[in-house]
Amino acid sequence: MNTLFDKIWDAHVVQHVDGGPDQLYVDRLYCHEVTSPQAFDGLRDRGLRPLRPGRIFCMPDHNTPTHDQDKPIADPVSKAQVDALARNAAEFGLTHYGMMDPRNGIIHVVGPESGLSLPGMTIVCGDSHTSTHGAVGAVAFGIGTSEVEMVLASQCILQPKPRTMRIRIEGTPGPCVTAKDLALYLMQQLTTSGATGYFVEYAGSAVRGLSMEGRLTLCNLSIEMGARGGMVAPDEVTFAYLKDKEFAPKGADWDRALAFWRTLRSGEDAVFDKEYSFDAADIAPMITYGTNPGMGMPIDGTIPADASPKALQYMGFQSGERLLGKPVDYVFLGACTNGRIEDFRAFASVAKGRKKAPGVEAWLVPGSWEVQRQIVAEGLDQMLAEAGFAIRQPGCSACLAMNDDKIPSGKYCISTSNRNFEGRQGPGARTLLASPLVAAAAAVTGVISDPRTL
Amino acid sequence: MKQKFNILESTCVPLRQENIDTDQIIPARFLKATTRDERYFGENLFRDWRYRADGTPDPSFVLNDPHYGGDILVAGRNFGSGSSREHAAWALAGYGFKVVISSFFADIHKQNELNNFVLPVVVSEDFLQELFDTVAADPSARVRVDVPAQTVTSLATGRSEHFELNAYKKYCLLNALDDIDYLVLQQDKIESFEKSREHAL
Repeated sequence: MNTLFDKIWDAHVVQHVDGGPDQLYVDRLYCHEVTSPQAFDGLRDRGLRPLRPGRIFCMPDHNTPTHDQDKPIADPVSKAQVDALARNAAEFGLTHYGMMDPRNGIIHVVGPESGLSLPGMTIVCGDSHTSTHGAVGAVAFGIGTSEVEMVLASQCILQPKPRTMRIRIEGTPGPCVTAKDLALYLMQQLTTSGATGYFVEYAGSAVRGLSMEGRLTLCNLSIEMGARGGMVAPDEVTFAYLKDKEFAPKGADWDRALAFWRTLRSGEDAVFDKEYSFDAADIAPMITYGTNPGMGMPIDGTIPADASPKALQYMGFQSGERLLGKPVDYVFLGACTNGRIEDFRAFASVAKGRKKAPGVEAWLVPGSWEVQRQIVAEGLDQMLAEAGFAIRQPGCSACLAMNDDKIPSGKYCISTSNRNFEGRQGPGARTLLASPLVAAAAAVTGVISDPRTL
Repeated sequence: MKQKFNILESTCVPLRQENIDTDQIIPARFLKATTRDERYFGENLFRDWRYRADGTPDPSFVLNDPHYGGDILVAGRNFGSGSSREHAAWALAGYGFKVVISSFFADIHKQNELNNFVLPVVVSEDFLQELFDTVAADPSARVRVDVPAQTVTSLATGRSEHFELNAYKKYCLLNALDDIDYLVLQQDKIESFEKSREHAL
């Protein structure tokens, strides 16, 4: 009761359906090419058109290659999907940022950085990592394709109201402990189903102390604990980030919005269905050893004795083993989890003055063209080039390997993405999730390394 | 697809594993289809467990075990975690499953199943383990799922449990209606809601 989540949700309820879910009004629908074509087909089959096209924004990201984006996509199946999105957006009058458009990128990177995602909004997309946008103080969650069709048709969605959870992290994180490590720690503590059925509000001084980029990373990974979404109450960090963004309100509208946004916080008397509290000092740089994101441990730890044998067999590891010093084949920096400017700064801070280890293949993929422009503006591309790293073109890339960025079977990849499921980065690929700092440490040493002791 | 759902009695396919994520149900490389061809997705259900790297069926995987079959999949807790891909629900439907029984479902996937007239039935962990044991001992053991009564019954042992299903979704399942049919009739309410918040963003 009286939580930030309740306030935003309740303000968007069009009606309570008898004996069922809430009919929730949606401020923003984002569409990417993978989960939308069947929804547009459905719309056509029913003879409908989008009710509020101005609230819908489309961009391809999953299939886009990370090189030669100015040329047609070589894979005909990927191309068909990307083309279908462009065609559907044109037919239905929706905003579409195609490949090579300066505003294209991963939808969960573009939304916040362009000011499309704003505090107090309801935001949905056919993608579980829609939880990312909660970092600006919005109620944002992933939906299925039938639900995309629902929102296209009615700008509403039928949803049972989730329960509320607050996770406080107090204190100051230690050296090299990033938002990614906080999230991997929470998953390890709560498991991948620990927050299923809940919408999470992150709070506490360690969360307040995160930059906007860090909060986006934290909220991004909410789904990996099973949560419907995650959010952080907007504050001065949020407002400074959003000011002057392309779609953020301007002038008097900004002042009016700001006054409203300042009211968006859980009341002192707020009651959550569940609360957890953690101490940031207990959190080390993390890495995963298994095949779901909850199978994580401190980078200098040993694989637990009760680790899943099936997962260890897939990964080629054994209980009781340390991961430090094990060779790495691939390093992936990017994804909606860690594809923002702060992540490239972190990676570059380790790579600076060092060289990429021979034998390591490193893919550095900005989350958007805007991030790419920031990388160049800050001279990070030069610094990384001197260390032997090239920057690729934006997209989801090796996070789920729908383009040609696939990790070969049996190879180890330190990845800043969000899922280490079997086959996620390509059939047989072995993924170890970690922060950009841990990824960079592996990239320059060729083995799993602790960035604190480099 | 849209079909009336009432009472179902069937043998079960037991998949005794926890935390089955949607990347396992349907790997990302099969998400490139732009049509909703359930048969295609069904053919690739659990693809990387069902087939070996050379494309031949892996006989140790339950879907390739001729002893087991039926309209009901019984799976370990936390079924459908991870990606929101509705293709996972299409794959289950395309393969022919009408019911999935587990002790716990991930949120988005559960909703996706319901939106595709595949019924997710949540049972107690104890009942789930008993079902696994029963089906392992006798693959011909049948389970009855009664939507009007909201009960699931193991016919071999007689044990029965009530399952949750909100009244709205139950009405949809019994009458083969979906959410879009409902929502497009609500346009007046949507427009008056929009007017009531014209001051908002």
